[in-house]
Amino acid sequence: MNITDNKTTQMTGLEYYRLFIKKMVILLVIFSLVPLLLINTVLRHYFLSSYSDKVMEHMTELIQKHKQNIDNFLQERLNNIRVLASSNSMEQLTNEDFLKKNLDILQKEYDNAFVDLGIVDINGIQIAYAGKYKLVSANYKDSTWFNQALKSKYYISDVFLGLRGQPHFIVAVKKQWNNKDYIIRATIDFNTFNSMVEKIRIGATGFAFIVNKTGQLQTRNMYNLQTINGTSVLDFLNKIDLQKEDVHAVQNLQYRGKEFIFFIVSLKEGQWRLIFQQEQGDAFSELYKARQMGIIILLCGSIGVILIYYLMSRKMIRFIELSEQQREKMNEQLIESGKLASIGELAAGIAHEINNPVAIMVEEAGWIQDLLKEEDFKDSENVQEFSRSLLQIKLQGMRCKDITFKLLSFARKTDPRAVKTQINDLIEEIVKLSKQRAKYSHIEIKTEFEQDLPELMASPSELQQVFLNLFNNAIDAIGTANDEGMVSIVTKRTGDTVLISFSDNGQGIPKSNIARIFDPFFTTKPIGKGTGIGLSICHGIIKKLGGDITVSSEVGIGTTFELTIPLFLEKDTETPLFKEL
Amino acid sequence: MTNKSEPLKLLLVDDETGYVEILSKRMSKRGIEVTAAYSGAEAIRAMRGRYFDAAVLDLKMEDMDGIEILKILRTMDSKMPVIMLTGHGSERAAREGIKYGAYDYLTKPCNFDELVTKIKTAGIGDNRGDGDGK
Repeated sequence: MNITDNKTTQMTGLEYYRLFIKKMVILLVIFSLVPLLLINTVLRHYFLSSYSDKVMEHMTELIQKHKQNIDNFLQERLNNIRVLASSNSMEQLTNEDFLKKNLDILQKEYDNAFVDLGIVDINGIQIAYAGKYKLVSANYKDSTWFNQALKSKYYISDVFLGLRGQPHFIVAVKKQWNNKDYIIRATIDFNTFNSMVEKIRIGATGFAFIVNKTGQLQTRNMYNLQTINGTSVLDFLNKIDLQKEDVHAVQNLQYRGKEFIFFIVSLKEGQWRLIFQQEQGDAFSELYKARQMGIIILLCGSIGVILIYYLMSRKMIRFIELSEQQREKMNEQLIESGKLASIGELAAGIAHEINNPVAIMVEEAGWIQDLLKEEDFKDSENVQEFSRSLLQIKLQGMRCKDITFKLLSFARKTDPRAVKTQINDLIEEIVKLSKQRAKYSHIEIKTEFEQDLPELMASPSELQQVFLNLFNNAIDAIGTANDEGMVSIVTKRTGDTVLISFSDNGQGIPKSNIARIFDPFFTTKPIGKGTGIGLSICHGIIKKLGGDITVSSEVGIGTTFELTIPLFLEKDTETPLFKEL
Repeated sequence: MTNKSEPLKLLLVDDETGYVEILSKRMSKRGIEVTAAYSGAEAIRAMRGRYFDAAVLDLKMEDMDGIEILKILRTMDSKMPVIMLTGHGSERAAREGIKYGAYDYLTKPCNFDELVTKIKTAGIGDNRGDGDGK
């Protein structure tokens, strides 16, 4: 009952440890992961923002440079025409040969940036023309560019198809001659201009384009900008207020199912806008890679930490389980030895109490014997019977004494101190002591001792008790069962243990009794002949030494008790097996 | 010195009345005059102004430790031989008694003849000295 209760409490104890370790591991994981996460987050934030700032700065600078290039190009082309207009008289300019010559020079100097040259009068009629199109006398009166050009001294138009049906734009300078305004205009090659913008490529997805104030593309539509939600994006970008010359950046713009970054800068004094677009993932690819790496490191670190704590906790639980098992085992042993001790105590108490009445009984019988010896009774008929009966009472009284003495030896304190003990000597001593008894029972004693048997640390008085018990049992077992009785005692060393065997050719132990042979008070001897505690004492003593005692027996053939005792005992042997009474 | 024709005077100390009574009866038949004491205190009272050739003392008494009684008896009569009765397993106490001057010890239940012989050798023999030790 006690053992069951114990087990229940141990189970709950183990559960408690498991829960405790689980909590501890969770706490440790939290305490390890939180700083890791914090550091990672803070560093990531600083790294990402500074890197992103750097990327943006670089891009802004780049776009600014391109803006200047384009503006310069436009300004230079305008300047070309301005120089042409101011350094030549109208007579010369209206001369087509002269115009042709100048166009040639301009085309040569500026990589065919100029397509043609023309002079248009105030009525919109082109009075002189040099170029590949037949546009002499062409009427531009209703053209937007012409009307705009008349309004200011210098003018650069938007891109339009015009009379030639090809995208182009016009650079125009107004000049007075004979109090009349004339427009000196030049067509700028669209391809030359367009290639300037097309050259602006960054990464795999970054490109640039130009739109005018009304949101119309001024460069070639390379990426189907307008077909997929293009107009709305252009509108959106066009509506953004721009600071004069600054590059304006728009990040995280969802567009065509992706995130885009846009840089917008004004061109041509605010009339056009240079827009650069790039997929955000492309623009910040290095950054994203670094971010991913950070996440991977964090994940690996976290998994590592959790794994280590998990394995550690498993190891700890295993350790606790093992020690719990050991504790349980020890508890059982303790209960067992406690039982033996209490049985011993009980036995001693009974023995002491019984001794007094037995003593009185024996003395009373003696008293009657004394009286019988007196004259008056000598002739009595039954005096012989009286004497026999009284003798029997005395004899049985003495047997009681023997039994109580045996019971008391169970409780008797033996000297439990472990000293270096030579097993062979101990057995030799016992054999000498019992020689007479053996001789009387016609039993031969055979000993086979291993020479140089190492000494072991044990209590000699305890071992003596064990050997004496086994030896007496062997002699009792032979009893009358065998006329040629033989007890053989063997000692030998096997590895780190000493093996001692007591064999007899007595009556043997039935199989049904073998299992109970070491139980206290189990005996097969007739009542009064045995107390059933000898083997239980032996068992206790040998177990205390870290050894083992086994029995093999066959009815009618004999019995062998085998003791194995380790040469080196780790445990402290100072604890006595039985409680002192 | 005690006269040999006179009965031997014995102080028997044991709290087991039945045992004391039967021993007294048997001993009187063997020429021993027994004064019974059923406790340590009674034994001490009996000793006052009385002379005993020997004493038999049970070591396991209810009121006093046998060894303590022995010590007191020894101070009252240092030459009186004391034979102790012990149970098995109390031999250590008996050996301790010998150390404090007890004459001998026997385990209970004891052989009556052996006890009588021990008392007689102790009380009559040289062990008693001249008997003037009071």
